[in-house]
Formats: sequence, C-alpha cells, structure tokens
Amino acid sequence: MRCESNAHPDPRSPDIAAVTAALGTPLAQILALLCAWIAIGAVGLVRPASLKIAGRTLFPLGAVCGVAIAAIAAAHLAQPPERMELVIGLPALPMHLRLDALSATFLVLLGAASAGISLFGAGYFRVGQGTAPGLLCFEYHLFLASMGFVLLADDAYAFMVAWETMALSSYFLVTSQHRIGEIRRAGFLYLLMAHLGALAILLCFGVLQGGSWRFTFDAMRAAHLSAGWAAAAFLLALAGFGAKAGLVPLHVWLPEAHPAAPSPVSALMSGVMLKIAIYGMLRVAFDLLHGLPGWWGLVPVALGLFSALYGIVFAAAQTDMKRLLAYSSIENVGILFTGIGLAMVFHGAAMPAVAALALIAVLYHALNHAFMKSLLFLGTGSVLHSTGERNLGRLGGLIHRMPWVAWLTLVGVLAIAGLPPLNGFVSEWLLLQAFLHAHEVPYPFVDMLLPLGAGLVALVAALAGYVMVKFYGVVFLGQPRESTLATAHDAGRMERAGLAWLALGCVALGLLPATIVPALGQVASSLGVGALPAGGGSWWMLAPLGPRSISYAPPIFAGTVIAGVLLTVFAVRLTYRRPVRRAPPWTCGGDALTGRTQDTAEGFGQPIRHLFTPWFAMRRSLPTPFDTAPRYSVEIGDRIWRALYEPLAGWVDRGAEVCAVFQRGRISTYLLYALATLCLLLALVL
Amino acid sequence: MGQTPFVMQLLDSLAALLLLLSFAMLAQRRIATLVELFALQGGVLCAATLLLAWRTGDDNLLLSAALTLSVKVLALPWLLRRMIRRLGVYWDTDPLLNIPGTMLVGVLIVVFSFGLAQPISALASTATRSAIGIAVAVILLAFLTMITRRKAMSQVIGFLSMENGLFFGAMSATYGMPMVVELGVALDVLVAMLVLGVFFFQIREQFDSLDLDRLESHQGGR
Repeated sequence: MRCESNAHPDPRSPDIAAVTAALGTPLAQILALLCAWIAIGAVGLVRPASLKIAGRTLFPLGAVCGVAIAAIAAAHLAQPPERMELVIGLPALPMHLRLDALSATFLVLLGAASAGISLFGAGYFRVGQGTAPGLLCFEYHLFLASMGFVLLADDAYAFMVAWETMALSSYFLVTSQHRIGEIRRAGFLYLLMAHLGALAILLCFGVLQGGSWRFTFDAMRAAHLSAGWAAAAFLLALAGFGAKAGLVPLHVWLPEAHPAAPSPVSALMSGVMLKIAIYGMLRVAFDLLHGLPGWWGLVPVALGLFSALYGIVFAAAQTDMKRLLAYSSIENVGILFTGIGLAMVFHGAAMPAVAALALIAVLYHALNHAFMKSLLFLGTGSVLHSTGERNLGRLGGLIHRMPWVAWLTLVGVLAIAGLPPLNGFVSEWLLLQAFLHAHEVPYPFVDMLLPLGAGLVALVAALAGYVMVKFYGVVFLGQPRESTLATAHDAGRMERAGLAWLALGCVALGLLPATIVPALGQVASSLGVGALPAGGGSWWMLAPLGPRSISYAPPIFAGTVIAGVLLTVFAVRLTYRRPVRRAPPWTCGGDALTGRTQDTAEGFGQPIRHLFTPWFAMRRSLPTPFDTAPRYSVEIGDRIWRALYEPLAGWVDRGAEVCAVFQRGRISTYLLYALATLCLLLALVL
Repeated sequence: MGQTPFVMQLLDSLAALLLLLSFAMLAQRRIATLVELFALQGGVLCAATLLLAWRTGDDNLLLSAALTLSVKVLALPWLLRRMIRRLGVYWDTDPLLNIPGTMLVGVLIVVFSFGLAQPISALASTATRSAIGIAVAVILLAFLTMITRRKAMSQVIGFLSMENGLFFGAMSATYGMPMVVELGVALDVLVAMLVLGVFFFQIREQFDSLDLDRLESHQGGR
C-alpha cells in the first residue's frame, strides 16, 4: 500500500499531527473502517442463524463504525484532497482512492445516516423472515462498505467494482424474502435497471477518458473533450446515475423495490444509496467533465422538475405506506437533480456565488433527505412489525399504541414537509433562493422560463406537505380502522434509539444551517464552482448571499414557535376552568363516528388524483347501491410503465421469439448447426 | 502411383475400406448391425495402425493399436450389444432424411472433405498423407449419421465412429497423437459410454422410449 498526501503545509498542531501519524491518515482510517464493516458482515456468516450475534452485537458495532466514519470525514472536510493507491485486483491495474471535500461530505451522510439505520436494524430483524439474520448482516454491511468504496474510488475500475458490488448486495437485500413471487419480480426489475444504469456509466467513463485510454479520474480531469463528446458523456452519466437515483422515466424500479425490501434496507436504499447516485452525478458533472456548455444543465432541471412533480402526485394517490414513501423519494431525487442542473447553468453563466448556493442546496438536501426519509421508512418498519399491515386503509390511531414511533416519525414528517425550523425547509429555501437569481442568466428565454421553476418547486413542496399530512394522519391519527390494531405494541429499545438518532439529525440540520452551509461551501469551492460571499450571518443566522441579502434564523424561529405554543397552553390553562371530557378522535366531541367512517387514504388523495387525472392509468371498481358489503377499490397504474416499458418488453420478447426459431430443442438440429459451423470454419481456414 | 510401395497401397485400401464402412453405417437401420459395423471399423483402424507401426518401426503405434483393439473392437461393442439387449432397441426406423438422400449428402461431404484435405496433404510429410481426406470424410459422415438418426443409441455410435475418424486423421497426418492423449481419449470414450448408458436407462424410465423426439416436448419455459 502506497500513501501520499498532498504536499501542503499541515496547519494542525504538532500533537494532532503525531496522533494522525500514529493512526494513519484520515483516508487510511476510513479505509480501515470500511474493511471493519466487511469484517463485521463476515463474522455474521460464521453463525448465520444466530440472531443474538447478528442483531444484538454486530449491527450496533456497525453503527459505531458509521459514526466514526462520519466523524473522520467531517473533520477532513476542509483539508486538501488525499490519495492512496491500493495494489489489489488485476495486475498492473491498482485501485486509486481519493478523499476530497465532495466524497467526505457524502461519507458523513453515509456514516451518520447508516448509524441510525444500523441501530434500528439491531432490533428489527427477526428470525424466520426469508434470509437468515447472519447472511442478512453480511449483505447489509457489504452494501454499506461498497457504498463507502464508491465514494473513495478515484478510477473508473475501482468505481465500477464498488458500484456493482453495491447493486448486487442491495439486490440480495431487496429479495431477502425471496419466497414471495412479487418480491422476486421487484428484485429482478431493480437488478435490470441497475445493470442498464451501470452500462451507461461504463460507457460514460469510456467517453470521459478522451482517447488517453487511462481510466484514472485524474486522466479524465485532464482530458479535453469536444463539445459533442462532452454532451454524450453527460447524457450517459445522467442516464446511468438517473436510473440508480430514480429519475423519471427511469424510476420504475423504485416503487417496486422499496416496498419489497425489509424496512431498514428500504431506508438505506432510499436514504443513502440514492445519494450515492447523486454523488456520482456531481462527480461527473462538476469534477471529471469539462468543456460542457452550461445550458446543458437545463436538461437535469427539466427532468428533475418533472420527476419532482410526478413523484409527489403519485405519492398522493398511493395507499401502500412504503410505496408512498418511495414515490416521495422520486420527488426528492427530482429536487436534487433540479439543483444540480441549476448549479451547472449558473456555473456556465459565470455566476459563482449563486452556482455555489445551488450546489450547497443540493448537498444540504441530500443530507436532509438521508435523515428524514430513513426515519420515515424505519417508522413504517416499526408499524409493519407491530401490525403486519402496509396498507394505509387498515391502519390508524397508532399514536396511542406506539407513542415513541409516532412522535419520532412526526419529526421526520414535519421535516420532509418542509416546515421550519426543521431541516427540510432549509434546503428547499436555499434552492428557492438560487432559483430567484435565475433571471440573471445571460441566455435568452431561459432567463424568463427558469424562474417559473421556482413556482414548480414551491408547488411540489406544498404537495409534499399534503402527502405527509395524509401519511401521518392516516397511519397514526384518528381511530384504528381494524380491530387487530388494538394489540399493536411500541418499538423496542434499539429501534427507538435508531429513530431518535435520525430525528436528532433532522433537528440538528434544521437548527444549525449557519454552521453547516459554510462547511458545504468547502465542497463548492474545492470543485471550482464558486464560493459564497464571506461574512453573511453568524452561528444562529444564515445569510448565504452576504449580510445585506435575505437571511434565516432558525433558533429564533424555533424559539418563537415554542414560546407561542407554551403561551397558548398557559393561557388556556389559566382561563379555562370547566372539566375536561375526552372523546374519540375526529368525532368533533361526539361518539357517533367509528373507524370506518373516517377519511381514508383513497379519499384524502382523491382531489389530487382528480386534478391530475391524465397522469394516472386508473382502474376503479365502484360498488352498486344494492351491494350488501360495499367495497370501493382503485388501482393506479403508471402511464410511463405502459407507454415506455411494456412496448420495450414486448420488443425484447419478440426478438427472443425470432431467436427461438433457431433454438428448437432438437438434438439433430443442434448437431446440424455444429456440422455447418465446422464445415464453414474449415472452408474458411483452408 | 506405380512407385507406391505395396504396404502403402495396402494402407490406402484400408482407408478406402474405412470410408466404405462409414457409408455402410450411414445406410444401416438395424442398430445391432450398426454396432458390428462399428466394431469392424475399429478392426480396420487397428490393422492400419499395425501396418503403419511395422512400416515406421514406431513402438508407440503398436501400443495404440493394442488400445484400439481392446477398447474399440472388444470393450465398446460388447457394452453396446449388452445395452441393446437390455433396452430392447433393435431398429432405428424412419430416419429424419431417407437413406438415398443421406447417401447423396454423404457423397457431397466426401467431395468437400477431399477438397479440404488437399492443402493439408501437400503440407504433411508423412507417408500416409493421401488418407487425410478420408479421415476428414469419416468424421463428417459420422456427424451426418448423428444428425439423421432418431434413436439416442445410434447417435452414440455415430459419436464413437467420429472418434475413429479423428484417430485415423491423427495417425495419417502425424503418425498418431502423443500416447498420453490417446490413453486419455480412450478412457474418456469408455467413461462417456458408461455415463450415456446410465442416461439411456433414465430416459427410458422417464419417457418409455429412447426416441429423442419425446424430449422435445419437455423443454423448460416454452
């Protein structure tokens, strides 16, 4: 193993330098921790059936590793890039690793978010659910480690190896309950899309090397591509990473795979893996690829805005809680891609401060989404465990039975709905700020059209709030819709710890943006995108574009909200003297309503479904007035699936049938082929 | 041709006999006779090897002649005869292509093989180079036997006959393969025969027939 650090003067004090010398460089430490993840997984394989070892010991250990990785990476954020060459793999093809500000940011995300998920996973996995716990533990930690390696990779070879390991390990995690046919199908769809995406990424790297035939990222940074090839590389990257992230129209695997996977795995995939795809996109668009005109950024802006709207509209119509969250992930990925495109446009238009702002918004939103979406998926996992139900139509009133899960999930719900003072608001606010500068872009028409995107983002944010009200209200509030829900129990201690960790992350990210934004600014400046003007705000006030521009002070906001609530409570306590009578929820004080008369998930989503009717392929069955047991059911299909994927699958089938003409399953025919080939080859050679 | 020594003329006629036997196998529908023809082919091969060994004084060829005799003339036909008795398949009726048609294709194949062998024969320095074309023809005719038959049994015999052709080709081009290879091939053929025997019984158990057509309706996924 050869290590080399960039020859910059070390600003750290001597004793810290001595400590780092003893423990190795941050890159070596992170590498060691990633290997520790793999080792933890391997230990799980020793006794695959033992839940005690896998769940109670290994998963918490993995969480500790995650926290350590996040801490090391966070400390390295402001440091110059560090490199390493690992002489493993194919001969004369060492793996290059590199830790810079961008990868450090995503390592923080990976470590911190996965710590919460691992803690939760320690209490979540049970015996007798398909894959044995030890094997699951191995796949899970391999998945984590491979994501870490993707972030560290500094050549196309290492990147692709890690990327494919990530895809395969997550495939096995998705299909951990492989005895159910639906889950196997979802897994296959995921694997198919992952491989198509990987193919696009591979081709993208092939273009990026620019004729040098060296596949290190350094060679790609130095390569000069013509505008046409640069555009090709960019579009390939967009397709490849978009397929992994779930950008419409490559999103089809997401709503299938997320409900199929166990909840911690859904959380990890949605919260972390999608961000790894975002990392890849950022790496290609802002680091490896040069010579691309800035207006190409409009492509991800358009696709991203469409994905965001599409995802949230479909989320509004879902009745399966995990599928709803999956569609909400598509929405958030859309927002992320919008931000990426916006940063590209601004970067191309030589507007460094706003470009940096858009990029920071992307990074911030990636961090936020990792915490809040993981939190929500884990919440659904707890609900699923204690009730056995994923269908919103059979849940309700769980806040009384599962107070811990309900209150911690509420934090995630408020955050993802974009309400201040939580974290979702901050990144969406930053993105909107960036959008508000779009009219300064020096391209005709674009400067007029782009600000409209701000309106779309606002619409999406509002709809996200609507969807989250539906999600939370139907699952946790009101009265139980089934009598079996009365036996629901709250989550265990480990699960609570995991949820609390993630909720804490949401709150911290929401209250301390003024500390975090400058740290993320390091990424923007190290990528050469630009820097935010200095001197805006202080620890409690965020003013990204300088002291005289718009600002946001979350602690003051939070203080005001809390003070307002407390004052109201006190005022009511002081003035209201009559006795308190408790009635069932949502009955307006009466008791005539039952669980069946409440608003349902279908009913709540109906207005949105009505507004966006042309988007849905709906199949409805309405009860007639004479039904003794009336049932209303609606099945919502994806038009993109029917318009794009079904014909595609049909073509593949027809092509296979053409080939099947030659494949008769008849020994004589095969022998005839062999004879013909033999004769042909002999005639050719001689 | 007048200068060709008597031994070589004898060798050439043995080669011609080999080709004739191949045609006979192509036309034969009785499986028991097919086995006898195969044994006869092995015998001719053995004689040719012996002749060549005497002519070149190569001890290795003597050994491979002994191998041919024991495996191809005695062991394999004995195994095949026993299997035929046990399985009760005596006839391979109605081949996929009728016998005259098969013979015509066979003639075309022989012409093709001779055309093919010409440049090789020009390159080879052995005394038996004229036989290379016959060796290729034997291989391809055995292939044709396999293609046109319906019963698994006759296909196996075709396969074994193909091995005869390969052996003869190697012998006439380079005075035989290295001993190790030859031993290995002989062993492989024996083992393959035993494995196929097991397969035959299994196929008959499953489908009550050794007709390969029955297998076609049992492919997966169609």
